[in-house]
Parts: sequence; structure tokens; C-alpha cells
Amino acid sequence: MKNRRPLFAVPYVVWMALFVVAPIVMVVIYAFTTAAFDPTMNNFTGMGTYLSIFTRSFELALIATLVCLLIGYPISYMMAKEGPGFQRIATVLIMLPMWVNFLLRTYAWMSILENNGLLNQFFSAIGLFDLINGLFGTDIQYFRMIRTQGAVVLGMVYNYLPFMILPIYSVIVKLDHSLTEAAQDLGANSVTVFRKVILPLSLPGVLSGVTMVFVPAVSTFAISRLLGGGTHMMLGDLIEQQFLGGAYNPHLGSAIALVMMIIVVICMWVMNRFGEGEEQAVML
Amino acid sequence: MSKELIRLVNCSMAFDGELVLDNMNLYFNDSEFLTLLGPSGCGKTTTLRIIGGFITPTSGEVLFDGVRMNDIPPHLRQVNTVFQRYALFPHLNVFENVAFGLRIGRTEEKEVNGKKKKVKVRIPQEEIRQRVLEMLEVVSLKGFENRRINELSGGQQQRVAIARALVNRPKVLLLDEPLGALDLRLRKDMQSELKRIQQQMGITFIYVTHDQEEALAMSDTIVVMDQGRIQQIGTPEDIYNEPKNAFVADFIGESNILDGIMHEDYVVEFFNRKFKCLDKGFAPMEPVDVVIRPEDIDIVPKEQGQLRGTVTSVTFKGVHYDTIVDFKGFKWLIQTTDYHPVGETIGIILNPDDIHIMHKSQYSGMFGDYSSYSEEYEEMDDVTMLDEEEEGSSREDGHEE
Repeated sequence: MKNRRPLFAVPYVVWMALFVVAPIVMVVIYAFTTAAFDPTMNNFTGMGTYLSIFTRSFELALIATLVCLLIGYPISYMMAKEGPGFQRIATVLIMLPMWVNFLLRTYAWMSILENNGLLNQFFSAIGLFDLINGLFGTDIQYFRMIRTQGAVVLGMVYNYLPFMILPIYSVIVKLDHSLTEAAQDLGANSVTVFRKVILPLSLPGVLSGVTMVFVPAVSTFAISRLLGGGTHMMLGDLIEQQFLGGAYNPHLGSAIALVMMIIVVICMWVMNRFGEGEEQAVML
Repeated sequence: MSKELIRLVNCSMAFDGELVLDNMNLYFNDSEFLTLLGPSGCGKTTTLRIIGGFITPTSGEVLFDGVRMNDIPPHLRQVNTVFQRYALFPHLNVFENVAFGLRIGRTEEKEVNGKKKKVKVRIPQEEIRQRVLEMLEVVSLKGFENRRINELSGGQQQRVAIARALVNRPKVLLLDEPLGALDLRLRKDMQSELKRIQQQMGITFIYVTHDQEEALAMSDTIVVMDQGRIQQIGTPEDIYNEPKNAFVADFIGESNILDGIMHEDYVVEFFNRKFKCLDKGFAPMEPVDVVIRPEDIDIVPKEQGQLRGTVTSVTFKGVHYDTIVDFKGFKWLIQTTDYHPVGETIGIILNPDDIHIMHKSQYSGMFGDYSSYSEEYEEMDDVTMLDEEEEGSSREDGHEE
């Protein structure tokens, strides 16, 4: 039995080598070479130019992650408290938007948020603008929603919220109900039960939810272009430009991708260190 | 004698229309070790959860010191529970698990400047520390404060659960099959440990188990339950020696139960033969259930026996042999230290104090025949019973009213 085990691992090893290790190696090689594949550090020394894009990307991803957490945790908690029938339906409803193409979803938001989009049409139909203009003597015909950072964050929250809800929900739903009863028995009211038992025990779910939202949010592209109107460029868009856009330079693109990857890995490492104790406890 | 702490008055509990607890009347005294004993589904855990406040009875009242407690949530009750699978907090170490209840401030009504105010009362850190360490010593876990819960064995986790409950100085400790997950050896150790802790702390233990040996070994009072009803309340000796019906006789220890007729006081007839017994107060010629404990039967040479039978099977049990003997088609279990081979015809002698007489009940004829010995235990849990006539004799001394 023991001898056969390495044999089973072969497909995975090949897969990992082909599709995980090789691309990373290629990214590293590209990052440290010129177009003629001569070794260089130039791709990194010029990185400072893009500092504002780096900070914006991480800032917006962080905000989106926080918003996802604030919306996602209560939803997960309430879902876990309901009956199994409700849980099934809720899970499907949460997954449903993900079956629609990512770009399509984002285009949909465009037509909702546009200056003469659905939302503004709705506001004008209910006479909101007339009311405001009458009250303050202003002359606004629409709210500017598209081409703002808010729209970018909204797009990310909408797209990544399921990745926050599902891991948190699956941890909470598995929590032993007798722990809640034990805490009540020891004098804890429902707020204390949540604060001292459920919240700390659901941290592993929160951690993986945060990871699953933050990482794709940092490197997201298209959302900022479509909803941010190109004025709020993010790392994903920058990298995309280096490979597909007019600024064609895969070597610089690789360097940016590498730096981003390192920062993300450091972020995750710090966070997992922070959550290690709880993680272990739940393994019990 | 001892003070009454908790009283259940006409408590009934139904889940989805199914009656789990049927008009229960029971009281619990100060500093006694009371066991609720019965097969699974008999309502014993339901009773415990009603006292703990996790469920509210469908009808009836729960009184603590005479005050109605039905709608008081668990966190405001002066009882603590040791849960079936401990329910220790995996994210906290041993010390913090035990300190959990102490760290939660309690709101108390206090008069401040003549006005009634709700004040949060917190126990000072140093006192918490002292009480936790003291309690860990009581449960023999000194030095384990910083261990994680998953580093502990089952028996140690058990003790943490007990310490966590007791450190709050409850008036009553509820224990829901706390030893069920432990192996036999550890279970025996913990039994005496629990008894010791109960005596040391001097508080009431309400203990739920389906293990009759456990109940006999630890309890001051045993409440035998079945079908959501109390079948008998008494000391372990009472329950064993004077079972009130066939269910109790069969559930507590092994019993041969057969039909008999009470001719007059102290005379009972079965197998067409009259025997002397110590029971009285039955109607003349009343049909009764006769209980004979397998260890009370003396095997003698067939010529000297009051009854004669043939050995049909012998099982070695360590201390004794389980010998199944066929008496005119009715199989008895006899426990003796002497070996009698299969096929041997033996005689038995029954002394008056070996025979115990019970009134007929809904359980008559269901238990006490060893024709299908090995299957008996499995069957017991899922017998379904028909409606039965109310038993007049269930109003007795002791706990029931």
C-alpha cells in the first residue's frame, strides 16, 4: 500500500509543475530581464511611478473586504441559525449571481449606475431631484455614481460577497449548539454568548473569507475600468495593459505582478499568524 | 429533614405533538444525589433540560424555592450543567474554561441614593484566580491551567466540565450522562470521584443516566422513568429489592418475572405450587407479578428442590455462571458460582425473602422471560406500549405526589 502512494501523486505533481510552478518561474524570469532577455533590475527601479496605483489597489481592496465582512458576517450568522430548508435556498440564492458571467454582471451595474441609468431614472421618477432642487435651490438632474471609487468598491463587493459569506457560514453552521447552551448555562446572555463563544470560534471562517475576497480584489481588473471609468486604475488594469494594451511590456508587467504577489503573501502570512491559535482550536 | 429546592408540578412536554413527559410531579431536596434513570426516550434528559431552562414545559410549573421559573432563561438560573459531551470551549484553555462563568458580570438590583439601579457586579481578578485554582484542585487537575482542551483525555475533559460548572457555586448541578463517553475503567473511577465531589461540596446533584449500575452505585435517590412517566422513586436498595412493577424489576438488574396468584397475606401461588413470601396487603386471589432475582435462587439436587428444571444454556461471566433453566417451558436465569452442565436436571429452593410480589401493571408479561436471553436488551429500547390503566399505587412516600 505504501509503495503505491507516490504513484497516485504523479498526476498532481505534473499538474502543479505545469500550471503553478512553471508560470511563476516564467514570471520571475520575465521580471528580471529586458525584452532581449538580458538580466536587468530596471523593471523594479521604475516601480515608484506606480506607487499611487499600488496604494489605491490595496486601499480599495481593503475597503471592499471590510464592507464584505460587515455585510457578510450577519448574513452568514442568520443563515446558520435558520432551518436546513432555508439554508439550502439561501445558499443557492447567494451562488446564483456567480453563474452569470463576471463581465455581464459588471455591465449590468454600469447600466444601473449610469447618469441616465436605472437608479437615476428611478430617483427622478419618484421626484427626488425635484424635491432636492426645490429645497436647496440647486439644479441636479442625476447623482454621479458611475466613475467614482464608490462604484468600484460596490462592484467588488457585489462580485466577491459570496466568497465572504460561504466560508463564514460553513464554520458557524458546524459550531456545536451545546457550546451556546453551555455559555448560557454559565450565565451568558445572548450578546455575551456571541462575543465570547461564537465570534472567536468563527474567526477561521472570517480569515478564509477575508483571504478569498482580498486577494482577487487587489488584482481585479475590468471592474475599475468599467465602473471607475478608467480614472481609478488598479493593479489588475495596469498589468493587463502591459500584456494586452498599448503599453505592451510583459517584462514590466511581470515585475509588477511579482511585487503584488509578494505583498499579498506577506499580508496573508501576517493574518494567518494572527489567527493560528483559533485555527488550531477548531481543528479539535 | 432536608430542604426542598426544586419542584416540578404537573409538568408535561410535547415535541411536535408527541408527549415526551407526561404530567411529571417531582421534587428535589438540598444536597442529595438524585438520579433520573431510564432507557433512551424515557424523558429523563427532557426533565433535566426543563430544570436547566433550555426548554419550557408545554404545561405545568417549575418552581425553585417555591418561585415559578418557567420563563426564566438559563443564564439567570442558579443551576449549572455538565453536558453529555462536555461542551468545553475549544478556543479557551483549561483555566479560562473554568473561569468563564466567573468572568461574566451579573446585574444586580441595588439601591443607589434611594433609587433602584441595575448594577453590573464583577468578580475581582484575584478572586477569580483563587476560585478557579481551588476548583481545579477539587477535580484533581492542579497544574493543568494552561493546557488546551484538545490536549486533554476524555476523563480530564470531564473534570474540566465539572469544575467549570461547580466554580459558580450553583445550588444544583445537572449532569447529563456525563460518563457516557468514557471507557469502563475510567467510568468506575469517575463514579466515586463524582460522589466524593458531591459530598465535599454539599450541593444537589441531579444525574441522568441509562446505566442502572451507575445509578445504584452513586445515588441517594433514584427516579426510574419510562414513557415520560415516573415508574418508581426510592433509595437504590428500595428500587432493587422492592421494584414496583415489571419494568423496574427488569430494568434494574436481572429478574425472572412470572404470573402468580396471591392467596392470602404471605402466601403466593405459581407453577401450581404455594410459596411463602413476605408480602401482604393484596386482595384475596389477586393475580400478581412475581419477581425472583437470579442471584437469590439456590440450586440443589433435584430430589430436594421445590421446583425441578433442566439446564438449557450456561455462560461464564467471571464471578458467576449465567445458567438458563427450563421450568415447564418457562426459562429462568439463575446466577450461581457452581457449574451445572447443559442437560442436567436440577432442583431449586426459594426462601420467602427471595420472592417479591408486585401488582399487575401495563408492563406485565413483557419482561422477565429468558427464552430469548441475548436479544432482550436490544428489544427493550424500542418496545411500544399501548395505553395503560392508571396505577393506583403510584402515589407513595418519597418524591412523587
